Amino acid sequence: MAGQTLIPAGDFRTSYAADTTVFPTTTSRNAMILGIVLICFAPHVVSAYVLSLLIQIGIFGIAALGLNIVVGFTGQISIGHAAFFGFGAFTSAYLSNRFGIPVFFCIPLAGVVTAAVGLIFGLPAARLKGLYLAIATLAAQYILLDFFARAEWFTGGSVPASAEPFSIFGYMLRGDKQYFYVVLAYVVVCYLLVTNLIRSRDGRALVAVRDHYLSAEIMGINLTKYRTLSFGLAAFFAGVGGALYAHYNQVVSNEGFGIDRSIIFLAMIIIGGLGSIMGTLMGTAFMVLLPESMEWLSVALRDSPIDQFLGLKNNIAFLREMAIGVIIIVFLVFEPDGLAHRWRQIKAYWKLYPFSH
Amino acid sequence: MAHTLEVRGVSLRFGGVRALTEVSFGVNEGELFSIIGPNGAGKTSIVNCISGRYKPTEGKLFYRGKDITGLNPNARPQLGIGRTFQNLALFHHMSVLDNIMVGRHHLLKNNFITGSLYWLTGARREELEHRHKVEEIIDFLDLQSVRKATAGTLPYGLRKRVELARAMALEPQLILLDEPMAGMNFEEKEDMARYIVDLNEEFGMTVMMIEHDMGVVMDISHRVMVLDFGRKIAEGDPASVLADPHVKRAYLGEEDEVLVDPDDKPAAPECAA
Ligand SMILES: Nc1ncnc2c1ncn2[C@@H]1O[C@H](COP(=O)(O)OP(=O)(O)OP(=O)(O)O)[C@@H](O)[C@H]1O
Ligand SMILES: [Mg+2]
Repeated sequence: MAGQTLIPAGDFRTSYAADTTVFPTTTSRNAMILGIVLICFAPHVVSAYVLSLLIQIGIFGIAALGLNIVVGFTGQISIGHAAFFGFGAFTSAYLSNRFGIPVFFCIPLAGVVTAAVGLIFGLPAARLKGLYLAIATLAAQYILLDFFARAEWFTGGSVPASAEPFSIFGYMLRGDKQYFYVVLAYVVVCYLLVTNLIRSRDGRALVAVRDHYLSAEIMGINLTKYRTLSFGLAAFFAGVGGALYAHYNQVVSNEGFGIDRSIIFLAMIIIGGLGSIMGTLMGTAFMVLLPESMEWLSVALRDSPIDQFLGLKNNIAFLREMAIGVIIIVFLVFEPDGLAHRWRQIKAYWKLYPFSH
Repeated sequence: MAHTLEVRGVSLRFGGVRALTEVSFGVNEGELFSIIGPNGAGKTSIVNCISGRYKPTEGKLFYRGKDITGLNPNARPQLGIGRTFQNLALFHHMSVLDNIMVGRHHLLKNNFITGSLYWLTGARREELEHRHKVEEIIDFLDLQSVRKATAGTLPYGLRKRVELARAMALEPQLILLDEPMAGMNFEEKEDMARYIVDLNEEFGMTVMMIEHDMGVVMDISHRVMVLDFGRKIAEGDPASVLADPHVKRAYLGEEDEVLVDPDDKPAAPECAA
């Protein structure tokens, strides 16, 4: 949003319709379509391990997108996002197990139910800001986690709930290769939805509330409504992401929805760029791939001469955790505007090449 | 004739501070009404009461006969009341275009569901229709070259103009302008004065303006009200207000009173806030 957009000379819009397109140039639109087409080949090209990482990026990327609505676009804070992610996972499993609803419908339904829960937990946002709101969302995190542990009818309690594999018109999709396409479709649809949201009335209202709530109110925007709504929308995408996660793992346990996961969601959008739609996906990729590459490094390090010389042995695992923390801190210091911002600068650089400074 | 806007005995207190004391006045349909007064006189407080930012401690406000004293601020654009702010209040990270489009909020019907589905629900068509209206405002205020710029990056004078554009986008019948020319150079002031007269004459809006530049105020206003220490001390056509002894005293201090000549426009105190 912020910053200049570089549009090639000679590209004059002749209608307002042409001026409201998602992509600034036809080249960038074609590049995006090409990218999506290319990634469709991924299951046949990349290893099972890489494929599982791509699926994770897609699933977490959808949930993180929701968080970016509440934090990046509306300027509020939520440190309970993972609980909504978990709620979506349990809801989808419950709907399909209990009522026999096809998984195809369970996923969006889980999003809607989670959105309703998000609206309820978003009510404090009408009155609270900053640190106070942070604490209120933290309460949401713990209340929901406690609910997962107690509501055995819903979650299975200490026994993990099972989740049906994805099926479409009676045809069961089994395995990562097929599930990849389900996640891909959801990523494309969710990212399009939010792109549209932000360029239409209510999305602008959210950003207006973030930028200057007093004048937003004078412009006829109901602050309470939009502050709460942003939590509902965030929970919707968290719920959809969670549901996809449930049917991917085909089991939902109480683990993985804690505050640590909420913080990772926050890290994803901060690293990707607050208020940046594509940045969310970049930040998610960063946060998924970073621990993996550190893991890979530590495996490479094990029993290497460096390891033998320093006598690291079991401390390697510990070093890995530290390295992740250090890289995130270094990243935030040098890239405070996020990956999306850096990406725009790189594009701008190449557009001007070789005449850039 | 019934007033478009009627302020009846409005007082406003902040703890011990009396921002307004029993202020009453009316603004007529189609009028260009100005409020002047020294710093801290309570001018902005009046506008805040009318736009709903503040609730008067006492007194009532009527808009077209309807009591709006306790009405939520966000319900006022529907009634036809728009305003600008003394201290810029743009949406800094949004483009100029989006800033103005926010002004269309109460006129647009698409919501978070239909908006997200954009092509399927007619939201796109609706957005484009309103974009046309916004472009008319952009043309009127000569903002074509900055429509895609991020509002927060614009120079001061332009930002003031974008704020006016945003208030116009509400399609108000009553527009409240809080120091629209503060901090502008001579040419910018001239342009802004022209725009304000056009708002009033071409667009048929009733204008209530706060302004320190006495030259402009006396030139373009139909009627002027003077506030001092939260009290109304004069109201009437520009010439008679200027000749009023209370006004001279408020503006120049009692010692200098003798030196004032009614035709000599007193140097207005420059706004600091
Ligand atoms: N929110 C507030 N809290 C406390 N006091 C306030 C508040 N708003 C205004 N005041 C006080 O009310 C009085 C009138 O303020 P107001 O802003 O209406 O003056 P003004 O005529 O607009 O002045 P200026 O020409 O400087 O803009 C001042 O003494 C001010 O300090
Ligand atoms: Mg003022």
